[in-house]
Amino acid sequence: MANKDSTAGTITVALVLCIVCSVIVSAAAVMLKPAQVANKELDFKRNILAAAGLLDTSKSVEEQFSQINTRIVQLETGKFTDGDPDSYDPVAAAKDPSQSRELSTEEDLAKISRLENRSEVYIVEKDGNVDKVILPIRGYGLWSTLYGFLALESDMNTVAGIGFYEHGETPGLGGEVDNPAWKAGWIGKEMFDNSGDVAVRVIKGKAADSAAHQIDGLSGATLTSRGVSNLVRFWLSDEGFGKFLTNLKEGEA
Amino acid sequence: MKVKELLFKPVFENNPIALQILGICSALAVTSSLKVTIVMCIALTLVTAFSNFFVAAVRNFIPGSIRIIAQMTIIASLVIVVDQILKAVAYDISKQLSVFVGLIITNCIVMGRAEAYAMKNPPIPSFLDGIGNGLGYSVLLLTLAFIRELLGSGKLFGVEILSLTTDGGWYVSNGLMLLPPSAFFLIGLIIWGLRSWKPKQAEEAEFKIAANTKPKEV
Repeated sequence: MANKDSTAGTITVALVLCIVCSVIVSAAAVMLKPAQVANKELDFKRNILAAAGLLDTSKSVEEQFSQINTRIVQLETGKFTDGDPDSYDPVAAAKDPSQSRELSTEEDLAKISRLENRSEVYIVEKDGNVDKVILPIRGYGLWSTLYGFLALESDMNTVAGIGFYEHGETPGLGGEVDNPAWKAGWIGKEMFDNSGDVAVRVIKGKAADSAAHQIDGLSGATLTSRGVSNLVRFWLSDEGFGKFLTNLKEGEA
Repeated sequence: MKVKELLFKPVFENNPIALQILGICSALAVTSSLKVTIVMCIALTLVTAFSNFFVAAVRNFIPGSIRIIAQMTIIASLVIVVDQILKAVAYDISKQLSVFVGLIITNCIVMGRAEAYAMKNPPIPSFLDGIGNGLGYSVLLLTLAFIRELLGSGKLFGVEILSLTTDGGWYVSNGLMLLPPSAFFLIGLIIWGLRSWKPKQAEEAEFKIAANTKPKEV
């Protein structure tokens, strides 16, 4: 290697180094892939359970998830459709023009720009009846798209829980959407008013306990609060799961 | 003696952040909570140590003209491996660290040590030098994270220490502490403290400010 600084030497060293490094990197990626995929799925399921307030840390997530029935829903009609829920990914479908549609500015309350035609819902059944329904929700806050779940009781109106599993809001301010105390403020609130319109709103400041449709705002995070308010309203509207919830309530889904 | 020096000199005497002023970027970004900071410190220490080791091992074969990019290749490969392992083993934490693990590649400490130390020294001392600098980085980051998490959210490792007014307590949290600029102020204060304690670290002024007016004019 006396001529390592020659052109040929330089190219040889660069090639050998790159090949060795790429073999190591690809080996690590391939070998760890199954564990990573499993982790991701587990985390997703854990978030679904946590949003519905069903998560029990003493039991395995898989075991607890077995009580949940995953179904695919046609958003436009609000009815169940066939398909394998294990391999279907609504967020990926929203990016595929053949499986989604573009939202106009007026429709696009949650600022997600494209809406998938079919989405997933998670249903908790008890004695053959729907006990809870968990809806995936997403929308833009201040810096990022928030991804989460909203769980409703069997009346399709009262909140059983809410949780976001992915977002990039400012820690301590908008990031407080993860704060258990704030999330607890959602439980028991009603999403729709008596005429069946979406009535829930995240307001500025503290919501009174008697205000059934109002949620506490996050202090110092006006735009995140507004984003959460909009995205929940969007997914409960007829563009989102509104029709499905009506059908499910009437037993026609 | 030499081992001890390699390991502990970078902690206070030659701290990569406080004296060499390297790696500030991640010191601002990941220090708002202790748990995340610790993982970042471990990841960075491992990457620095191993990249130093491998760079030192092949230092005699690396042509001078492409040495920086060759070091980068080794560092980047290591970082990707660390990132993959984190995703497979500690998924929750890797989610919190998100892009910052990837950004270890651009952390100046890793490059700085590879270029300044590992290119001229055998693998084992280089490895120790990497660990030492990782420790120096960790000490500073943990100090920052301790102050920021305590004053910013009243917690340490997510456990409540100061009860917040929002939860009915007495402590009004300092929102600035949760934002990256607060780390700048804290690092500045730490450097000030360190240089008062060890005056040798203070740089000599490069120029002297002349008096505005000459006495005779007055």
